[in-house]
Amino acid sequence: MIARRVSLLGSVAAMLIAAACTNSFEIPIETPIRPKLDVAAFQRVLVAGFIAGGTEDVDGNLETTRLLRSQLRTKSELRVIDSDVLPLQDVATEGRNGDSGGGAAAPVPPPIKEQKDLEAYEHVFANIEYWKRIGEEYQQPLIVTGTVLFTPLQRNQIVQREQEVYDSFGRRRVVPVRTYQERKGFSLDGRFIFIDGRSGATLHSESFNEQVLYNANQTTPALSSYFELMDRLIPSFLSTLSSQKIKGTRILLQ
Amino acid sequence: MRIAALIVAVLALAAAPLAADARDDAKKQVEFGISVAQRGLWREAIYRWERATQIDPTYAAAHNNLAIAYEHEGDLTKARAAYEKALELEPGNALIKQNYELFKEINDRTTR
Repeated sequence: MIARRVSLLGSVAAMLIAAACTNSFEIPIETPIRPKLDVAAFQRVLVAGFIAGGTEDVDGNLETTRLLRSQLRTKSELRVIDSDVLPLQDVATEGRNGDSGGGAAAPVPPPIKEQKDLEAYEHVFANIEYWKRIGEEYQQPLIVTGTVLFTPLQRNQIVQREQEVYDSFGRRRVVPVRTYQERKGFSLDGRFIFIDGRSGATLHSESFNEQVLYNANQTTPALSSYFELMDRLIPSFLSTLSSQKIKGTRILLQ
Repeated sequence: MRIAALIVAVLALAAAPLAADARDDAKKQVEFGISVAQRGLWREAIYRWERATQIDPTYAAAHNNLAIAYEHEGDLTKARAAYEKALELEPGNALIKQNYELFKEINDRTTR
């Protein structure tokens, strides 16, 4: 019994000594992130527009263009060109009809409801002549375009929530309980494409996918969810064009 | 056989104070590095912590601090190597693990 107590005291003392010896200091740091794309050759950026689809509650083309322009205005050194948003869906459809050789018009592509529907329009991004023409019109800027698919999402999944329980002595405890629940939300998929306005060639492209799910009884407007998801993508988008500083804290050890 | 064992024991006993001296010297460098880093002098801190890792390459705290300084300077490749060395030396250190996880989150974002 005495031996056990001595052993217990010994281990407590060892823990206290270890805690006293291990000094740690929290320190704020700012990690600089170099841009993924060298944009030194450009002074101006044109967020041209997007091929967008999914829910009709949000105009993915207009909202994405507007949001990226406002972000670039405040967080990038490039001058943002204000212009009408390009109707890229119409441009892509016209391009297809033009390719059909003047005979019968090619069938109109279906409305964009899911990922595979985007394929019918994707060819517009590889149309070097078109982008070169746009580049000449706006004095050869860096052009930002791409696809945006904002779709409703519904999923049954196991969620953890806290539940109050009382034991036989009437003492309250909070225990985690896992339950199967219906969840609703939105998914934001797509691609940012960066085009050289001088040559019409694609310089860089990056795909994204973000999802948000809420309890089924929670009513969240589609536009709020869209901005919530775009908020997550913006740092990555901006870090493509300009250097960023990410603030955080770390622990220095002695 | 006994003589050999005796020699090994004597050498081990002789080496122990040397290792302790190295750790003491390295610790002084680490402490000075912390005080200058807290005043924003990160280049000087890097110099001190690099010295500490040269004096005592088994000092996990020095590698951890060096990783943080490299991260602050934007040298993410060196930061990763230093964090990995610190964790190799002290795999159970929760604070180093926490720093490394935060670093990885940023590093993954840049390479996404």
